[in-house]
Amino acid sequence: MKKIIVVGNGMVGYKFCEKLLANPEKENYQIQVFGEEPSPAYDRVHLSEYFSEKGKDELLLAPRSWYEENGIELRTSSLISAIHTKEKEVITYKNEKFSYDYLVLATGSSAFVPPIKGSEKTGVFVYRTTEDLDAIKTYAERLQKKGKSTATVLGGGLLGLEAANAAKELGLKTSVVEFAPRLMPRQLDAGGSNTLIRKIESLGIKILTDKATSEISGEEEIETLRFSDGTKHETDMLIISAGIRPRDELAKSGGLQTGGRGGIYVNNKMQTSVKDVYAIGEAALYNNAIYGLVAPGYNMADVAVSQITGGDKTMAEHIDMSTQLKLIGTDVASFGDPFIENEEVSAITYENKQRGIYKRINVTRDGKKLLGGILVGDASDYQNLFQVYINAMKLPENPEDLILGSRGGESSNLGSVTDLPETAQICSCEAVSKGDICNPLESGECCSIDDVVAKTKASTGCGGCKPMVTDLFNETMKSLGKEVKEVICEHFDFNRQELYDLVKLNKIKDFDEALNLFGKGHGCEKCKPVLASIFASITMETANKQVTIQDSNDKFLANIQRNGTYSIVPRVPGGEITPDKLITLGAVAKKFDLYTKITGGQRIDMFGAELHQLPEIWKELIDAGFESGHAYGKSLRTVKSCVGSTWCRYGMHESVSFAIQIEERYRGLRSPHKLKGGVSGCIRECAEARGKDFGIIAVESGWNLYVCGNGGATPKHAILLAEGLDDETCIKYLDRFLMYYIRTAAPLMRTAPWLEKLDGGIEHLKKVVIEDSLGIAEELEKEMHGLVNNYECEWKQAIEDPEMMKRFKHFVNSDEGDDNISFVSLRDQKMPKAWS
Amino acid sequence: MQELLAQYQSVAAPEVLNWVKVGNTTDFPKNGGACIKYKTKQIAVFNFARDSKWYACQNLCPHKLEMVLSRGMTGDKEGIPKIACPLHKKTFSLEDGNNLNGEDYKIAVYPVKIQSENVYIGFTD
Repeated sequence: MKKIIVVGNGMVGYKFCEKLLANPEKENYQIQVFGEEPSPAYDRVHLSEYFSEKGKDELLLAPRSWYEENGIELRTSSLISAIHTKEKEVITYKNEKFSYDYLVLATGSSAFVPPIKGSEKTGVFVYRTTEDLDAIKTYAERLQKKGKSTATVLGGGLLGLEAANAAKELGLKTSVVEFAPRLMPRQLDAGGSNTLIRKIESLGIKILTDKATSEISGEEEIETLRFSDGTKHETDMLIISAGIRPRDELAKSGGLQTGGRGGIYVNNKMQTSVKDVYAIGEAALYNNAIYGLVAPGYNMADVAVSQITGGDKTMAEHIDMSTQLKLIGTDVASFGDPFIENEEVSAITYENKQRGIYKRINVTRDGKKLLGGILVGDASDYQNLFQVYINAMKLPENPEDLILGSRGGESSNLGSVTDLPETAQICSCEAVSKGDICNPLESGECCSIDDVVAKTKASTGCGGCKPMVTDLFNETMKSLGKEVKEVICEHFDFNRQELYDLVKLNKIKDFDEALNLFGKGHGCEKCKPVLASIFASITMETANKQVTIQDSNDKFLANIQRNGTYSIVPRVPGGEITPDKLITLGAVAKKFDLYTKITGGQRIDMFGAELHQLPEIWKELIDAGFESGHAYGKSLRTVKSCVGSTWCRYGMHESVSFAIQIEERYRGLRSPHKLKGGVSGCIRECAEARGKDFGIIAVESGWNLYVCGNGGATPKHAILLAEGLDDETCIKYLDRFLMYYIRTAAPLMRTAPWLEKLDGGIEHLKKVVIEDSLGIAEELEKEMHGLVNNYECEWKQAIEDPEMMKRFKHFVNSDEGDDNISFVSLRDQKMPKAWS
Repeated sequence: MQELLAQYQSVAAPEVLNWVKVGNTTDFPKNGGACIKYKTKQIAVFNFARDSKWYACQNLCPHKLEMVLSRGMTGDKEGIPKIACPLHKKTFSLEDGNNLNGEDYKIAVYPVKIQSENVYIGFTD
């Protein structure tokens, strides 16, 4: 057993541990890690998210327990103060000695503070660690209490802009001061920088370029920045992010060779000038340069692990510094040589000031090779361009198509991912090549995209390559003749449409029979509701028949709410209700102490009923002439209406009457997802019918029928299916449309995404519904008539059958209710008591 | 809240001090569940009729602390019998109570025995 000491627990030091654990030789090594920060390694790349979204724990690359579980001894808050390479030992600041067989220095870098007069003043910070961020935050809060609120970041590079974002997140009025004439001078040219500046300034961050700071002045606290051109800038706080300095002091005092401008000298095996001592990450000086990006650091960790364990990996001669990231909400990418300008090269640029986009590619004069480029505002082409560049792939005839997009209606200018060479690096964070992804699929070792990700770790870093990994997976599977099939779950090797057909053709009567014939195991929470829906869509059986396969809400014919109580929504067709029925609803809600609210579908929802109360409540509602509203089901909810020509002076037709007729026709109809409808009496569209799965709008010549709209997270307007219909034709088309959707949609797929996936889209749907292009119109209508005629109110059915009622008892062995439920009052009603 | 959770500790069959009769087998739906009360505890009991096995666990959902697990859907994950909570579909093994979605939640499980059509749950109190 050999002992490895890793000094430094940052991103690269962590990656070293991870790579060693993945190595087959790991049993022969024992790892001891020393970190100077109190916290285990965290994601420094996303440091600004520490304020906005993520807490400290979420930024951790692995929890402390990960080190323990893997037998790694992690000592945080442990600064190493000396290394004795002859004795092969390290000394901590407490003077403890630890010996090693191999030493890995992953000491990283520190923030570079330029020698400016006054940088010791209160209110001047650096931006590097979570401790720095905590200090910045505390100071910002103090400032804000005093009514001050301005912050300035010194440095307009990558980290500086991250720091500016963090300051902005803290509610500070933020400026950025950059010495160079442009932002991100290592990555962007003037055009790219100008686009980025416009974008960032529009978000309220002020940018000052071409400013050399000569003095930080103020009494004790910082007040003003003075520049060499004689101008000044007032600020309450300064965050310095002007570059990094490799942490090589330990190596230097230990007698290792270091560079004149800092950095621990290493060869392409990551070996330092002393035997058995390695250096990786931002502290390492390789090929006369320091690499402040994560990808080369990870690569170095991989090489060091390989060398120590007897492998032969080495660092490439040329290190690619291409990078893609999001800065203050703006996509920025640069690759290859972004600036190159000479007689052999032409630069092609595209700029759209309106949309804040700048793109540049550098192409050889002969148009054959891509040498580098810059993308600001829209970096969606980055992965493709990077692959073309890094693999020296052939360019399209007009190289400008690479950034302008094809204008002739052809699909892609870059060809298929399958054209990439085997060695093409797809994931640069984890150094995964195309071959690494495709070979295990071809050998059968991996069968799913999850398998591939688990094996290669591709796309687990920055995630930028995810679309390309998915494309590669799909293309490889296709080329192997394997269908990438969406099956319902592990119990059924079929999709919903196939199961629908199997159940129908074989006249399957229940879930158990389906499982025996086509499935395996006990089923689960995915396949049970899918089959429940399929049975209901074929035979109109209610949720009372196969109770245990129903989803949470259908099982008890009510909507379960956050505290385990239920809400009740009786049907109010078209939203039309008599005063007497309104009084009944009020009386019932009052009697059972229910919270009431008007729904978006023109009904009344009553909340806070306990399970055992549901039957009593429904008995009263049914006696008063109500029926189930199916608000709990993936089924027809409501058909919303405006008052139409009966009252409205603009109304063209009787929208309420038609809405009621349609709602009553399809009530209880179960479908792959919920269904909502609307009928408007004129084109003013007060019923918002185009925001529904089907919307009917009155026009002079009859009804216009729109389909496949919805509200919710991704709102979609319904699309015109047919115009100027009479009542009968409108219903006929609706029957066909709904039945076609019910037969073919995936589980929990609403009509809008279904239409999007439907081959041929709306034109195809028009042909099927109106022209009967598939010759199934009659069949669809017949099936729908069968369902409509078999409707039965499932609540009426339930309360009339003592066997069906058993499920509404909270306890089998007691008549009590659930004593865990409690309510508090809210605006004269009640609400669930919140858990503290 | 901690008190509520602390009431529920898994019981292994050999530790049982008290087999409590909680109902007839027909009181529990096939391939489904129902809830019983014992002292201050609420226990969810599941009847896996396809292979004639029975399982019991706390009725308390460990995520939102509501008494709802008996109303969830039963099933299996690669052969492990499980229950999916009706509130957010988190799934738990009915063999050892572990969360099957890789989260930190865990539930207490109890042994069940069937004697002459009666259902007994094993407790240590």
